[in-house]
Amino acid sequence: MTYFADVVTLARKDLLLELRSRDTVPAMVLFVIAALVVFSFSVPADVEERASYGLLWIGLVFTALLGLTRAFAAEREQRVLDGLVLAPCDRSAIWLGKGIAVVAFLLLAEAVALPAFHLFFEPVGWELVAGVLLADVGLASVGALLAAMAAASRTRELLLPLLFLPLVIPVVVGGVGASLAEDPGRYLAFLGLYDAVFAILSWATFEYVVTE
Amino acid sequence: MSTAEKFIAAAYLVVLAAVLLYVVIYAFKIARLEREVAELAELARRRRAA
Amino acid sequence: MWLAAAAATLLVAGLGLALFWIPEVEGDPAFPIFYLHVPVALTAYACFGWAAWKALRLLWTREGSYDLESYTAVHMGVIFAILTLVTGSIWAKYTWGQWWVWSSRQLVLFLVLFLFYSAYFMLRYSVEPGPRRANMAAVYALFGIVLLPVSFLAIRLAEDVIHPPPVVVTREGPQITDELMLVFVVCLAGMLALAAALYTNELAGKRLDGRLRELRESLQ
Repeated sequence: MTYFADVVTLARKDLLLELRSRDTVPAMVLFVIAALVVFSFSVPADVEERASYGLLWIGLVFTALLGLTRAFAAEREQRVLDGLVLAPCDRSAIWLGKGIAVVAFLLLAEAVALPAFHLFFEPVGWELVAGVLLADVGLASVGALLAAMAAASRTRELLLPLLFLPLVIPVVVGGVGASLAEDPGRYLAFLGLYDAVFAILSWATFEYVVTE
Repeated sequence: MSTAEKFIAAAYLVVLAAVLLYVVIYAFKIARLEREVAELAELARRRRAA
Repeated sequence: MWLAAAAATLLVAGLGLALFWIPEVEGDPAFPIFYLHVPVALTAYACFGWAAWKALRLLWTREGSYDLESYTAVHMGVIFAILTLVTGSIWAKYTWGQWWVWSSRQLVLFLVLFLFYSAYFMLRYSVEPGPRRANMAAVYALFGIVLLPVSFLAIRLAEDVIHPPPVVVTREGPQITDELMLVFVVCLAGMLALAAALYTNELAGKRLDGRLRELRESLQ
């Protein structure tokens, strides 16, 4: 049971840090709103309203990217990551703790973004919410691992989008499909599949990303 | 040549061109490696003489 | 290198047969492009699969030598992926009149893979050489091979809502007779042999590079 205790400790650490410094989540919230506003100016009038769902998903992906870029920033600055890796906990607990924190940040940002979207653009139905929840898991799983990779590189913030975007294309497809299709179940099931596959893969390989 | 044949030829030529390009790049690489080996052989000879 | 010789014979034979021997396909006179495009695509998949296998071996055994093999395989895969995109694009231009069609699953999948594996090189260039970089690259290569089927599924799902196939009914494939199959297999074998020959060459070159560098360091 110490594994889960470790995970909880790590996740709590990130959440407490965020609670005290309050820099990532407000930025994410502002970003997603700003992005939506920019989108409202970028599509011509005769484009179908349904296209806005696509824009929402783009906004969510980039908001996730924003949050993830900060994900390992604190560890890197304080050189804490080496300490964590040396600690006798299973390295994948680091990934899980970080992933949980990222999901929490995303949920907070979406709690503002979705009502805003509902108000300014198109109605938000249960399928969209379910899709967003499932997508959060996938984005955080893959993102936490890739953020650790990027943190170890020279180019850091530049590298993360390059690694992240191709991998999350299926998430965008699943999310947009769930919002638009007559049969959202297939797309939601697909998102579930993506989550399962990539969460397991990330969990299993995280150890190798942070060690020699 | 019919249009279809032109396109087919284009596709085949592209692949051929890619392979030939690879060969050319490789030739340059081998030339560079030979130069390096010669340099290192010279270095080794000087070392032994010293 | 007998591999290169095998590649050359198989390819010339296969493509020659494709051009001259098999009968024309009804409604698609440019069909012989498929004898090029599909083997190239399958070879790209094979290269990425090989890279993932080598990556797995690296993580499993912690033997650093697998890193170079995985890297070279990804390199080959990207080359063949580019060729797939180009040949596919040529066929698309002939069939649909445009150089790109979002409704072609194969093309879109390869675009996604191309993006993904290009980022592989960015990853390698941004990290200091060493076991850490080898590990990260290996994990990324594994993600790539998992992304392959997941992306394909995603693209198929996307067809309903995002990229529907053109209204014109997609052309039925020709009857796959034994002759067509034989020529296809020969072309595929030739393309795989070509990839293998290029891979071995590239690997030998990189290894030589490494040894020369070591030699230089020990002499200076």
